[in-house]
Amino acid sequence: MTAPLALEPQGDGWRLKLRGDWSLAGMPGIEAQLESLPATLHGNLVCDWTDAQAPGISPAWALLRRLAEDAPALAVRHAGNPPHFLELLQKLHVERQAAYGALPGEPTLERLVGRLGRWSVLQGLHLRGVIVFLGRIATVVGQALSRSSAWRISSLTRHIYETGITAIPIVALIAFLISVIVAYLGAQQLSRFGADIFVVDLVTIATLREMGVLLTSIIVAGRSGSAFAAEIGVMQLNEETDALRAMGMNPIELLVVPRVLALVIALPLLTVIADAMGLAGGGLLSLINLHIPLPEFTARMRESLSSTTFWAGLVKAPVFAVLIAMVGTYRGMQVRDSARELGRLTTVAVVQSIFMVILADALFAVLFVQIHF
Amino acid sequence: MIRVRDLHNRFGAQVVHDGLDMEVQQGEIFGVVGGSGTGKSVLLRSILGLRRPDSGTVELYGQDVESLAAADRSSLVQSYGVTFQNGALISSLTVAQNVQLPLREHYSLSEKTLDELAEMNLGLVGLTPDAGAKFPSQLSGGMIKRAALARALALEPKLLFLDEPTAGLDPISATAFDELLLYLHSQLRLTVVMITHDLDTLFQTSTRVGVIIDGRMITDTLPGLLQNPTPWIQEYFHGPRARAAEMEAAGKEGHGAGKEGHG
Repeated sequence: MTAPLALEPQGDGWRLKLRGDWSLAGMPGIEAQLESLPATLHGNLVCDWTDAQAPGISPAWALLRRLAEDAPALAVRHAGNPPHFLELLQKLHVERQAAYGALPGEPTLERLVGRLGRWSVLQGLHLRGVIVFLGRIATVVGQALSRSSAWRISSLTRHIYETGITAIPIVALIAFLISVIVAYLGAQQLSRFGADIFVVDLVTIATLREMGVLLTSIIVAGRSGSAFAAEIGVMQLNEETDALRAMGMNPIELLVVPRVLALVIALPLLTVIADAMGLAGGGLLSLINLHIPLPEFTARMRESLSSTTFWAGLVKAPVFAVLIAMVGTYRGMQVRDSARELGRLTTVAVVQSIFMVILADALFAVLFVQIHF
Repeated sequence: MIRVRDLHNRFGAQVVHDGLDMEVQQGEIFGVVGGSGTGKSVLLRSILGLRRPDSGTVELYGQDVESLAAADRSSLVQSYGVTFQNGALISSLTVAQNVQLPLREHYSLSEKTLDELAEMNLGLVGLTPDAGAKFPSQLSGGMIKRAALARALALEPKLLFLDEPTAGLDPISATAFDELLLYLHSQLRLTVVMITHDLDTLFQTSTRVGVIIDGRMITDTLPGLLQNPTPWIQEYFHGPRARAAEMEAAGKEGHGAGKEGHG
């Protein structure tokens, strides 16, 4: 195969012979050859297109650009039946140069400071956004107390169904399995002291105080937090929320509040189910592995319970529900413009709501110790 | 260049194409019109191989699209450019990256060359250099259409399919797009197939027009269609909107002399 370029001296200047495949398909080879053109050319240069086969617009553009950039002193002329679009490209090239000349170059330090500034402003705006969002929800809830039409009952029931009822199987299964695992590990350790019976205490207290509610919240954050963000996000992309606003409806009232309320109702109920399944799992493992019969298990369970154990877990559920629903819907409302934003903010919603749930749980733990709850 | 023969498409009981024939010659700007739901987009999708027709053949450059091997099909796909109704720019990439996407996929080129080619294609469609660094969401409707055209041009197609290229544009942007299309058509010697509802675009640019009626296509030049007695065509080309577009086109051809034209 012949090389696509051949440079020959001619008279007082040069002749650049273009040969072989000059279509877009031959571009990689042409590109390499263009790179190897000597940079110090000057005088006249004739581009001879006679032997160029099927010249494409892209290679022609690359040639023009390279000649203009690397050897600006050259006077370039085209000969040998140059392609019909060459004139267009030359015109375009002149326009581009003019346009680039007008673009301001930004110094690096300035750019860095600018970026820092933009970031800070963005964080500030973000914080303000969260506060505004909370305020709007509070307003709607406040109105709802006095105006019965603000309660979107049908919407509320749908969300209770979707976030609560449909989550029962997975929540029950996971609570059961985790409890079995805890009981099993506990039994292994405690049997070394002959204190097998304390497995019951371990399972009961761990499930009721912490694991029931925490596991449920994490599952719900993954299921419903992401769903909230994605649903509202797509509505944002389709300008549905704008349409609602334009029809005099409040998207917060229509979309956000029913989801928050639904989760506040559904999550405690799911927690109760998780608690029950956790205890069942512990009981089953005790029976099979430690040969503690069920009546003995329940009797021991009653002894280990204080009056607050169950409530110490359950009271956290509505708080976690609010956190999950708020983060999910807020991130959903933040979606703008692109599919990538939707994916990013849905991810952020899940990660952030799980983080908030665990953080809140830690605060509760400290609080409960302080007040001996 | 394109030959569609006896195309049948149906969705359940609903028959969309009932023996549709279509032929596009090299160098044409072929307009496709038809009422809503007459299967203009389905026709386009059938030609592009995005939808397998229920029966009938589609030939591009004399090759039956259906019977092509996968490798030939890939090179066929590279030989035409398509713009979709809403631009269909990849929203997570900048405009320049969108234009580079097909080049990057099919050729191994240096970043510098890719940048240059993006610049060229954006220049061809009349976008300024700073538009390349923007994301599609930051562009106006007219700019999105142009950016989509730049991406369609990136692989140097000889054949261009445009789905509603001027829909949603204001009249000034739409006229500018018409002019751009005519300019590129003459400079790059393109063949264009264009689905459009924009009568101005149709009158300004198209060389022939195919009208889809009852699942078949009636193809003629614009003056020919204006004489066609079919009721739908009469209504389409002699409605109040059509008259205005017609007058304008006639005015332009007559060097702006007789604005009153006929109608």
